[in-house]
Amino acid sequence: MDLTLKIWRQAGPEAKGEMKTYPISGVEEDMSFLEMLDYLNEQLIDQGIEPVVFDHDCREGICGMCSLFINGEAHGPGRKITTCQLHMREFKSGDTIYIEPFRAKAFPIIKDLMVDRSAFDRIQRAGGFISVNTSGNTIDANAIPVPKENADKAFDAATCIGCGACVATCKNSSAMLFASAKISQFSLLPQGQPEAKERVLNMVNQMDLEGFGNCTNTGACEVECPKGISLENIARMNRDYLFASLSSNK
Amino acid sequence: MALDSKIPAGPLGEKWTKHKGEIPLVSPANKRLIDVIVVGTGLAGSSAAASLAEMGYNVKAFCFQDSPRRAHSIAAQGGINAAKNYQNDGDSVYRLFYDTIKGGDYRSREANVHRLAEVSRNIIDQCVAQGVPFARDYGGLLDNRSFGGVQVSRTFYAKGQTGQQLLLGAYSALNRQIAKGRVKMYARHEMQELVVVDGKARGIIAKNLVTGEFERHSAHAVLLCTGGYGNVFFLSTNAMGSNVTAAWKAHRKGAYMANPCFTQIHPTCIPVSGENQSKLTLMSESLRNDGRIWVPAKKEDAEAIRAGKLHPNDIAEENRDYYLERRYPAFGNLVPRDVASRAAKERCDAGYGVNKTGEAVYLDFAAAIVRYGKEEALVKGVNNPSDADIKALGEKVVEAKYGNLFQMYEKITASNPYKEPMMIYPAVHYTMGGLWVDYNLMTSIPGCFALGEANFSDHGANRLGASALMQGLADGYFVAPYTVGEFLSKDIRTGAISTDSPEFEEAEKAVRERTDKFINNNGTKSVDFFHKRLGKIMWNEVGMARNEKGLKQAIADIQALREEFYADVRVLGNANGMNPELDKAGRVADLIELGELMAKDALERNESCGGHFREEYQSEEGEALRDDENFAFVSAWEFTGVPAEAKLHKEELTFENVELKTRSYK
Repeated sequence: MDLTLKIWRQAGPEAKGEMKTYPISGVEEDMSFLEMLDYLNEQLIDQGIEPVVFDHDCREGICGMCSLFINGEAHGPGRKITTCQLHMREFKSGDTIYIEPFRAKAFPIIKDLMVDRSAFDRIQRAGGFISVNTSGNTIDANAIPVPKENADKAFDAATCIGCGACVATCKNSSAMLFASAKISQFSLLPQGQPEAKERVLNMVNQMDLEGFGNCTNTGACEVECPKGISLENIARMNRDYLFASLSSNK
Repeated sequence: MALDSKIPAGPLGEKWTKHKGEIPLVSPANKRLIDVIVVGTGLAGSSAAASLAEMGYNVKAFCFQDSPRRAHSIAAQGGINAAKNYQNDGDSVYRLFYDTIKGGDYRSREANVHRLAEVSRNIIDQCVAQGVPFARDYGGLLDNRSFGGVQVSRTFYAKGQTGQQLLLGAYSALNRQIAKGRVKMYARHEMQELVVVDGKARGIIAKNLVTGEFERHSAHAVLLCTGGYGNVFFLSTNAMGSNVTAAWKAHRKGAYMANPCFTQIHPTCIPVSGENQSKLTLMSESLRNDGRIWVPAKKEDAEAIRAGKLHPNDIAEENRDYYLERRYPAFGNLVPRDVASRAAKERCDAGYGVNKTGEAVYLDFAAAIVRYGKEEALVKGVNNPSDADIKALGEKVVEAKYGNLFQMYEKITASNPYKEPMMIYPAVHYTMGGLWVDYNLMTSIPGCFALGEANFSDHGANRLGASALMQGLADGYFVAPYTVGEFLSKDIRTGAISTDSPEFEEAEKAVRERTDKFINNNGTKSVDFFHKRLGKIMWNEVGMARNEKGLKQAIADIQALREEFYADVRVLGNANGMNPELDKAGRVADLIELGELMAKDALERNESCGGHFREEYQSEEGEALRDDENFAFVSAWEFTGVPAEAKLHKEELTFENVELKTRSYK
């Protein structure tokens, strides 16, 4: 198929970026979206043009490294997939495709389509862990029974891949879905209780420090989330936050 | 240098406990004076960095991804083994040990494997304490499932995302230490060179991938937790960035590379669809619990399918060849990976393959859907269910078990596996070979350690399913943090290592020269062009079946490719700043050298064992023919200038606790 690609090019964090047009032909339906970009890059190299920079790694929808805003949607058309799982059969010959980076104040652009999502790591460092030493001499695993329903919900929250689609999609660039996923995982498990209050207060505080916006319940994040992380997690985080704010000794 | 595996004396079951008790301790005050570098943040790296920092060492951790959470351990699907015997099916540390030795076709070290089986139990306790959400049953206790090559249920899992959950657990432990300032994390950094001072690993040259700057980092010890080298085949289930550079640089500086030809080809991956494909996707081994593997029994049917004139659903039961069930009645579709892969290749080579390329077999869930559907109809009290009712009920059960995998398959292939059989073909997945290490996980360079997939020690010639996660976490949480003490206890008076030494100077200069060469090369072909050609050579000659003629050809072809690569590779842009093409060029250069060593290793090993199948050495039935008399050793290769001249050192494997037998799954 023949396509017209409009791609955001930006030489560096401080450089001025712009949309550039690249016609491309010979794209096959079985290619993934990123393979189509590989194919473009091979042609650009042949022409002596610097290839387009984009983040990617596992190419099977789990590492969370790929991003891209495709035709105005995080990870492009299709639900519950990442860009690397998007295939060219979703497009037709003659289409024009707009490819932009994830945009948010807290995700500064590094180059072209690559952004800096280290703010997510800093939110996790603020409390996304259970303080247990790695001696292996904890209690036997089955000494902590967890009701299956809670275990399943904790798992569902824990499947967040930290890609940032929620932030890129949100009109407020809020990271509430991301932060609430980790907070919920531990909030639903007995192991997470001792530090629950500090955790939610610290992680929400870090989220604000990083420059992410607030949640106004539009729910776009849940729609675009490749892992289908539920809005219920945000509600749980808000409940936990309110409780912790009122009852914490800090 | 003679190989000393430093296996402690004493009975097998007491070696680790005794050894652990005898390793010199470093006092807390002295630990604060000792720096440790950890390269790679997958299961082995994250867990090691977190544990060492927790113990009091100053840790610097490096990963090339934008966050430690993205290391490729995250993509592991099926599960993690542990000898917990929660299912009361007779499992024990000894059984896990025995299964791993047998599964590895008797080419791993008894003492290391037994230690792995011992600490497997701690891993599960540790992960649950950290809040890893493993699957649970209705009583709230942990659930298990079965994997290939074993007859107990010892695999703990979190749906098809076990690797993700374990890595995020290790990542959280790492984050806790980063927050305390005990680990300094360097993301988007790649190790370019190992720095050896007075014969000891004392630092690395790392590249900041965002700015293009080269940085000198010193330490008293360097831990390489950099994964496997499956990307030497270009197409594999590895992540795009997975590479051998860190391990290869260590190899060039004196670390021996062990059994590099032992590669795991996983039987159930989505087949190659076209020339522009960049990677292959695994379909979890757990699918073989319910899927039946077959090809048409008649060649003309296979030809008609390939031509698009016949649909697999129209082939009658008697005209299907369920070749695994036919050849291996005892284990059937759950034979180990190497056996299943070879059997698929055998059928496709004989002309029975079923996709356009002739390189695919069917993995069929129709029988399971009907079986589960009938059960559900009974459970739900549906009287006289129609065939359609049964199928609908059965599909629901299969969806609950494998839904995410079926969805992944449909997204990639646009074919519905509930309605027609999946097409699968073997693909490169894991490398059992790696840096040679002694019992303390130290390579042949003092102070340089290798953990997880990056070392060679535990899986022999074939790894069993759900054992990679076990080994990564065992090495990182429970082995290396103790065993490094033997080396580091001698360093308490050393003081900080300077980065101004001639050794650092020289290492940085070498890296700069390499980089400048690529940038100024003015070639005509992209890096991927060469990587794809390397992959083809490796897959055709050093893949699932190898022979002397092909391996010699591969060595000649790779040597020619290396010359062409350096003469004609084209890297645009410049060295100052972000340049992923430049980074890729460095990785591919190392993969080309490694590929040659793999072929050489495969050529030297005149036997078939595990994932290494030499066509000259097979039984009349086409099974692998091991030669214990002449090849019960680890091949450890010393770099001497070029891969072709690598020098072989042999570590004899002694089996005191298991009897060497022909591995049979019939």
